Amino acid sequence: MVDCDGRAALEEIFRKASQENRAVLLPYLTAGLPDPISSLELFVAMAEAGADGFEVGIPYSDPLMDGPTIHEAGLAALRSGTSLGGGLEIAGAVAKETGKPVIAMSYVNPVLRIGIEKFATRSAELGISAVILADLPVDESAPFQEAFDAAGLGTVLFVAPTTGMERLRAVVQAEPVFLYGIAEVGVTGEREEASQRVGDLAASVRSVTDIPLVLGVGISTPDHAARAAAVADGVIVGSALVRRVLDAPDVASATESLSSAVSDLAKAVRV
Amino acid sequence: MTTPLPDGQGRFGEFGGRYAPETLMPALLKLEDAFQSAWADPTFHEELGELLRTFVGRPTPVYRADRLSTQLGLNLLLKREDLAHTGAHKINNTMGQALLTRRMGKPRIIAETGAGQHGVATATVCSLLGMECAVYMGVKDIERQALNVYRMELLGAKVIPVTSGAATLKDAVSEAMRDWVSTVEDTHYIIGSVVGPHPYPWMVRELQKVIGEELIVQLDGSSLARTPADVIVACVGGGSNSIGVFHPYLDEDVELVGVEAAGHGLETKEHGASLVAGSPGVLHGAETYMLQDDEGQVREAHSISAGLDYPGVGPEHAYFKEAGLARYVSVTDSEALEAFALLSETEGIIPALESAHAIAWVLREAESLAGKTVVVNLSGRGDKDVDQVKALNG
Ligand SMILES: Cc1ncc(COP(=O)(O)O)c(C=O)c1O
Repeated sequence: MVDCDGRAALEEIFRKASQENRAVLLPYLTAGLPDPISSLELFVAMAEAGADGFEVGIPYSDPLMDGPTIHEAGLAALRSGTSLGGGLEIAGAVAKETGKPVIAMSYVNPVLRIGIEKFATRSAELGISAVILADLPVDESAPFQEAFDAAGLGTVLFVAPTTGMERLRAVVQAEPVFLYGIAEVGVTGEREEASQRVGDLAASVRSVTDIPLVLGVGISTPDHAARAAAVADGVIVGSALVRRVLDAPDVASATESLSSAVSDLAKAVRV
Repeated sequence: MTTPLPDGQGRFGEFGGRYAPETLMPALLKLEDAFQSAWADPTFHEELGELLRTFVGRPTPVYRADRLSTQLGLNLLLKREDLAHTGAHKINNTMGQALLTRRMGKPRIIAETGAGQHGVATATVCSLLGMECAVYMGVKDIERQALNVYRMELLGAKVIPVTSGAATLKDAVSEAMRDWVSTVEDTHYIIGSVVGPHPYPWMVRELQKVIGEELIVQLDGSSLARTPADVIVACVGGGSNSIGVFHPYLDEDVELVGVEAAGHGLETKEHGASLVAGSPGVLHGAETYMLQDDEGQVREAHSISAGLDYPGVGPEHAYFKEAGLARYVSVTDSEALEAFALLSETEGIIPALESAHAIAWVLREAESLAGKTVVVNLSGRGDKDVDQVKALNG
């Protein structure tokens, strides 16, 4: 039997949060930021501040789904030596060190380059719970999901405000570990206003499935997070946190800034 | 045997497909349907055909390069895409996609450009049809193709500088795709080559096939200048002019040669030869040959010619390579520059640096091509490159 601990740990946080009648908070940070060593510290600080789990971004040269902030973070991490292999190791260390479930986020090409099965086995060995590939639609997901399933990893699939009911049903039918609901028509990046699209998106999803729905993209403030948490099972905050690390003069101030942001967000998903 | 590819999933053998963010998927599926229905509609073909004749100037002529033929000891024919309106084959594609955009009821068009030819061709059709147009262009290309930047602006397009990565074509495509992820509900993305997620490689090929279809009719054997081809040569950036001239010839007994950019030399890693020196992977939404490192990070390409300075290639070429349907070779920056000068001096035609790569291969291989009829698809004219070449020659 394969080792299913990783995926089970992820399913468990949704169960627990739903008992507590709240959403889970999954902060996103690029692995290897600001450098391979300090990267882990930042995640530990966020765990202590109330994160339920993490989305760990594997640096990629050409991230089509990412706006300037996460793109810049990825290039900085690549320059300081974190690519796919190093990124996965950091993701695994985060899972081990914090005891919280980690979802590795990458693009398709690095996974194909090392081989889908090898990627899956390695991720599972490292204790990663699930994988998000930003340019993998359900139409192309079968070979990936097969390998992830076999390794005991969850597969995350997307739904967007542009996704119609027919596609939504196809995505649900593939049984992802959770649905990543793209809260904005757009790439990742901070927004001033709360999304106008999440209500309809969540209602569509709810009408066909009870697979957990996690909203991400553009969610930047505790207010945005609270609004998203009101209609979904989880919230991902990325660029707003990455920005704090990029802007911080040193690791200590980055840690402090992240702690305070994450603790505010953790309160917001509990109201 | 003509291949009815791509299949329903947009696959050419194992290549192609649709690796795109979910936000774009519904638009890609709609685009596939819209093009399928337009392409089956005689009124669409009538309108496109009329504009290709009266506005673009098709069919483009075939010219026999007499002096160069004598000099090289072969029969060298040039398919004159440089004489198409705006100066390159790119407008065959943009005209079709702009009409399709109007049919789909979208008011805004975006594009990427490397050499600026696709940007100019897109700006031109947008001006013709009264549509809003934004063109993404790397700042390195903005510098080396300054003339085309000003042409786009004259035509009413907004040129958006891209500073990420090497600030060339790959980064312009990525940035255009990011724009499209945000604006897909009212915007169509006219991609400039047979790259990207399905249906683009198929749609752009269908729109560029006019080159090869004309050529087959033109080369009817009625004179030396109309001798049917033994070899067809075209430069390969994303691969649209080459696919356009190759595809109608798949059934014929003709050697098809695609010429990639070897830049400073394949051994230097500073080149754009994805098929000759790359490996399979996914770039810009399609599985294809590309330049990448061991962990799947995309490598930056290099070529003196902005239109060939791209680390990927259309998935159908990857399929042609594996299936042995075409042969892929490469030519360095300096060989291309020599060909650029030679064609200018000998035939009175200043070629685009991209097209000069195809000429350069013929020069290098003249001996083995002796006595044959060799058709070079002269994909564009070189006005845009004159400043750059002048600067290089000091
Ligand atoms: C004149 C010319 N030829 C060739 C190319 C390369 O593109 P493709 O391989 O799609 O024909 C370009 C691209 O900018 C071009 O401007």
